[in-house]
Amino acid sequence: MHLTLEFGGGLELLLENSTKVHKVEVPPKDGEEKVTMKGVLSWAKTNLIKERPEMFVKGDSVRPGVLVLINDCDWEICGGLDAVLEEKDVVVFISTLHGG
Amino acid sequence: MGGGGGGRRREEIEGELKKLRAERKELDARIRLLESQLEVGPVGVGGAAAEEGVVDGSCDGSVACRGRGGNGFAPDGGLPADMIYRYSRHLLLPDFGVEGQRKLSQSSILVVGAGGLGSPVALYLAACGVGCLGIVDGDDVELNNLHRQIIHKEAYVGEPKVKSAADACREINSSVKVVEHQHTLRPCNALEIVRKYDIIVDATDNLPTRYMISDCCVLLNKPLVSGAALGLEGQLTVYHHNGSPCYRCLFPSPPPVAACQRCSDSGVLGVVPGVIGCLQALEAIKVATAVGEPLCGRMLLFDALSARIRIVKLRGSLPDCTICGKKSAFTEQDFQKFDYENFTQSPMSDKTAPSVDLLPENARITSRDYKSMVDNAEPHLLLDVRPTHHFQITSISPSLNIPLSMLEEKLPVLETSLKKRAAASGKEPSLVVLCRRGNDSQRAVKLLREKGFASAKDIIGGLQAWGRDVDPDFPVY
Repeated sequence: MHLTLEFGGGLELLLENSTKVHKVEVPPKDGEEKVTMKGVLSWAKTNLIKERPEMFVKGDSVRPGVLVLINDCDWEICGGLDAVLEEKDVVVFISTLHGG
Repeated sequence: MGGGGGGRRREEIEGELKKLRAERKELDARIRLLESQLEVGPVGVGGAAAEEGVVDGSCDGSVACRGRGGNGFAPDGGLPADMIYRYSRHLLLPDFGVEGQRKLSQSSILVVGAGGLGSPVALYLAACGVGCLGIVDGDDVELNNLHRQIIHKEAYVGEPKVKSAADACREINSSVKVVEHQHTLRPCNALEIVRKYDIIVDATDNLPTRYMISDCCVLLNKPLVSGAALGLEGQLTVYHHNGSPCYRCLFPSPPPVAACQRCSDSGVLGVVPGVIGCLQALEAIKVATAVGEPLCGRMLLFDALSARIRIVKLRGSLPDCTICGKKSAFTEQDFQKFDYENFTQSPMSDKTAPSVDLLPENARITSRDYKSMVDNAEPHLLLDVRPTHHFQITSISPSLNIPLSMLEEKLPVLETSLKKRAAASGKEPSLVVLCRRGNDSQRAVKLLREKGFASAKDIIGGLQAWGRDVDPDFPVY
């Protein structure tokens, strides 16, 4: 499935060359037909995150302080980890900022 | 510097300026006092006293900012001629008009933090004619603030930020009541201060304060206009208003300490908090006047590098939120006792860096010890593990720069350098590791010792200690 994954608020530092936008092909998990957010998280952890994975995930979800947006909508409204993604969806992972 | 005559002349002018400014300040104070006596109602007189600045450091409760009659508006509701002229461009806006300006003039807004975000917030709120503007900050103006904290001027370096900001606001609009709260906002004083205002603007720079302000606004039922900026990115939303979530609904657990970047470590492009601060002022005006749709239940994400603004939809307030949820048992007493620094494991300040303690005493030396090593020409290699862009700002010469993140893969480079040094001196050189503050150097020494560099030691306090204890001319950043 074609997805756009974006990282911001400092999370991009965990990726190669600190690249923020990634157009990727995420396959469904073995034996499943659909791609869920749970699958996207573990795919991103394995395939995109280059260092300190604990700064991205905790358990099977994102670490505290990270907002996840599916097509510009808080994933909590879309079903969180169980949200089912569709072709060309845009998923944004953004770390909350505290500076000022 | 400077010859005798010119220097003296300059001194004279500066002296005269200082005197005149003091006289002007006294006149301003007298004018404000007389003006306040003309005002009807109990608020006027108390307000004027407050304008002189609340600097007692206690959890002061004497300054009232609620229910202000509205600057410029006469009791019968009409706007006098000079105010019509002053705010004419507001009055001409069909959506805003006299009613918008009246609501603005009756509103009281508290800006927490007079820094990069708070500067444009306070300037715009003063200029646009809010009734009462409170400013809270316990810090003093520093030279390295001025590139982004545009409310402060060079002449105010070393002065309290609140005083500097309040003076600037009064210079722009003398009809606004500006109240100075010269403390750091803490659980012990937050309720008393926040209670007096209608709208709160979070323009602070650290995580525990953000949780604290949000909790306080929920307890006192105040809308919270929250902005943040770091590096080249900014974020903005309005919490606890029109069904929007509170900070805890969004972030029930605090992030790990390592994920909390600070402007004093990661840097920030001056105009980025400026952009977010301007938008915060805008949202505060919209909430105060009930004009337009405030950013409730939505968050604005600003990426300066790619010039992109994205507005996303957020969850609503959570029914089971521990703070704003229906069944919340969080009281004002709980709030005052809550340890926000412990909860987030970070300090209520951007400046105090959390320090680590990873090494035994014999693996560390002081900056003065290192100076003696140099003076005694002891063979050694100084390894600077800061990121390359830090190394380019300034460094101790000669030193080898291998950033901590690359140390493990570049150990052969270090090995080679040590061998060269040994060949040159005929002795085994010791390995001294340095960073900015003495945290990364400990991590590096720990790694180096594990990899067989048994003699590696780090300099306690890093370059900051070097600048403080050995070389006062060494540039600090």
